[in-house]
Amino acid sequence: MKNQPAFLSNLGGKIGLTMRKYAPLMILIGLVILFSFLSPNFMTAYNIRILVRQVSFAAISAVGVMFVMIGGGIDLSIGSQIVFTNIVLAIMMAYGKIPPILAIPICLLLGTTLGLINGLLVIKLKIHPLIITLGTAQIYKGIGFIVANSRNIIGLPDSFRVFGQGYLGPIPVPVCVMIVVALIGSFVLTRTYFGRYVFALGGNEEAARLAGVNINRMKVILFVICGFISSITAVLLLSRVFAGQTTTGLGIEFDCLTAALLGGVSFKGGEGTIFGLITGVLIIGVLNNAMQLASFPDFYQNVVKGAVLLIAVGFDVYQKTRKARETIARVPAQG
Amino acid sequence: MDARVVLSLKNTTKRYPGVLALNNVSLDFLEGEVHALLGENGAGKSTLIKAVAGAIDLDGGIVHVGEHDYKQMTPHLSRSLGIEVIYQEFNLVPPMSAAENIFLGDRINKSLLVDFKTMKSKTKEIFDLFKVDIDPGALVQNLSPAQQQIVEIAKAVSKNVKILIMDEPSAPLSVSEVDRMFEIIQQLKQKGVTVVYISHRLEEVFKISDRVTVMRDGRYVATRLTKDTNRKELINLMVGRELTEVYPSRTIIPTETAIEIKNLSGNGDKDISFSVKKGEIVGLSGLVGSGRTELAMLLCGAVPIEGGEIWVNGKPIKIKSPADAIKHKIGLLPEDRKAHGLFLEMGVKWNICFPIIRGLSKNGVVDRKKETQIAKKYKEQLDIKTPSLEQQLKNLSGGNQQKVVLAKSLATESSILIFDEPTRGIDVGAKQEIYKLMCTLANNGIAIIMVSCDMEELLGMSDRIVVLCEGKMAGEVKKEQFSQDYFLDLASGTH
Repeated sequence: MKNQPAFLSNLGGKIGLTMRKYAPLMILIGLVILFSFLSPNFMTAYNIRILVRQVSFAAISAVGVMFVMIGGGIDLSIGSQIVFTNIVLAIMMAYGKIPPILAIPICLLLGTTLGLINGLLVIKLKIHPLIITLGTAQIYKGIGFIVANSRNIIGLPDSFRVFGQGYLGPIPVPVCVMIVVALIGSFVLTRTYFGRYVFALGGNEEAARLAGVNINRMKVILFVICGFISSITAVLLLSRVFAGQTTTGLGIEFDCLTAALLGGVSFKGGEGTIFGLITGVLIIGVLNNAMQLASFPDFYQNVVKGAVLLIAVGFDVYQKTRKARETIARVPAQG
Repeated sequence: MDARVVLSLKNTTKRYPGVLALNNVSLDFLEGEVHALLGENGAGKSTLIKAVAGAIDLDGGIVHVGEHDYKQMTPHLSRSLGIEVIYQEFNLVPPMSAAENIFLGDRINKSLLVDFKTMKSKTKEIFDLFKVDIDPGALVQNLSPAQQQIVEIAKAVSKNVKILIMDEPSAPLSVSEVDRMFEIIQQLKQKGVTVVYISHRLEEVFKISDRVTVMRDGRYVATRLTKDTNRKELINLMVGRELTEVYPSRTIIPTETAIEIKNLSGNGDKDISFSVKKGEIVGLSGLVGSGRTELAMLLCGAVPIEGGEIWVNGKPIKIKSPADAIKHKIGLLPEDRKAHGLFLEMGVKWNICFPIIRGLSKNGVVDRKKETQIAKKYKEQLDIKTPSLEQQLKNLSGGNQQKVVLAKSLATESSILIFDEPTRGIDVGAKQEIYKLMCTLANNGIAIIMVSCDMEELLGMSDRIVVLCEGKMAGEVKKEQFSQDYFLDLASGTH
């Protein structure tokens, strides 16, 4: 790096920027090409449909997590929220005989409340969301387990099947929901003043505060959004599994976070796009799917997924330190 | 003084994208001299010391230390040659003791364990040498800024320093503490240590230095024997033009009161009262820690008000949050614009329109056409130099960043603007522009409160100056009474 001509380092910076923007997409395309050579069953309409449906659940939740992350926070409790809301929904319908049309809104309300609790704890206790949601994750999961009482809750009404198993034309319902959630999310983030506030909160909280943004209210709203979206996932997953189980949704936050980080959502906040996120989700999906096709044992899949997360975060940090170095170099120049 | 040259720079050049931070600078430092380095922000002083300390790589030229020429310094090499730098931000570990900080990274003896006893006694020796009474075992985080400064100096001395470079060492210190530091510098000088003293406070330069070198825009301008020069000459060398040019004149005579502060308390300030008329620029002066910025934060709602009243346009108002202040058309240009004023990763347009983005939205959706119009308007009005409205703020120069902060406040149609250190970290040309803009705003009837530690600038710009001392009003001075010494007296509480 010593005495590198200025144009070279500028060029490097530009390539770095473009790389950063399109790296997830290129990785995705690379993987798709690779696997379509490796496995004849990969690039079939049937498999693609399965793949996309597989990822749709994590993708929907990931949109919620992304809102929190762009706002500079993190939510590790979404998997546990899904466990909790999923069990409650199953019990309401299977044992309480409450019709889905009533039970689903209650479930969504419950999920929203869990998000609200996260948000209120974050602003009241003034502890980093990582710790808050690590705590609430245990609590929500624990309550879910207690309520479930080791039962496999069956006997859900048939009309409930459509959400997880139905199709709208050729497209599975969860995929439709994913598309709708992603489009709304993208619109809110890029076109509304609320979206600006989210980026501002994560980009420079103090500047946002001084510009008149109610920081605390924003933080709570973001966790509420995340909780609400997680409970949508809970509804879809329950309908897909069609039995209330405490394993449903457990650990989904891992896939969501991996996808978000892979897709260029910054851990520090203030950065991220729905496009990147969906690309990230698809990368995870393609990896999962291809390894299943190749009948990799589950344990190997864990190794690969873990490695992918590290590479993603490593890339993010590398870009950040590089940026920081460039900024430091610029400071005295502007003096 | 037939002193030996201990450090010399020969044709040193450092290039950053778009800027020559050091432009062919040659400069000698003599053994046992106190050599002041003067220059406006962006003159290249920091770059120069970073090159000597090995913190950056030079693009050209030679650093000559002792007997040898070096094309590049490294931090390690610089240290081993006896060069120590005390930066503006202290390099201390707050939860460790003074003694531990001083000997951080040094092994006093060969034993595996840290020898606290020797460490402390050696520290005591150095402190005694300086005639200061600091407990070597005291944690650095419990020391005052001045004491921390002394720990920094002690750290350098313990390393057998030959050349001590001090970057704005007086910034965090009170007047009496500065005097103490000067005594220590004198002692070091007598021991043959070369002290490179960087400051923009001329009084200090005259008090302590033997020679003074002025830099401007990355270039070497001149070196003078301190006793042979004077204020005016140095200022002219620094600014490169006559001072009267710097501050534009204003046309309107303010009559109507815009904001009146009555017995305001909070954020460490007590019982502050003054008023600002429409079209008036009122300076807020005082030393570091006098409560200037704290007052600015109170007025813009960043910190809760504990007592007193604020009247705007003849009516009492309540400010409980920044949103309230904005509602009442009070705008702040914060001291630390990067941390408090800007979203560096975001674009120019994004930043300018952020405070009013809600108003630019219909049913929550941003009217992007209007947004562009407004951003364009302020870009042109303030002459913000940027390749595009989408350009990320971090890629703009300090002066243009400041203009974006100003544009933000103007976009909210503020009628009362608080400029907290508006020209900090801005080059000379941009400074002039900011001054002009401030005057134009005042001529348009905007009430301006200007917080600054730069006396020159306050005297040049203000109609009146309110002086704070330790969170209280020390006095209010009209333009006719302006004299620099008078302010220093007021600010240090000796008046």
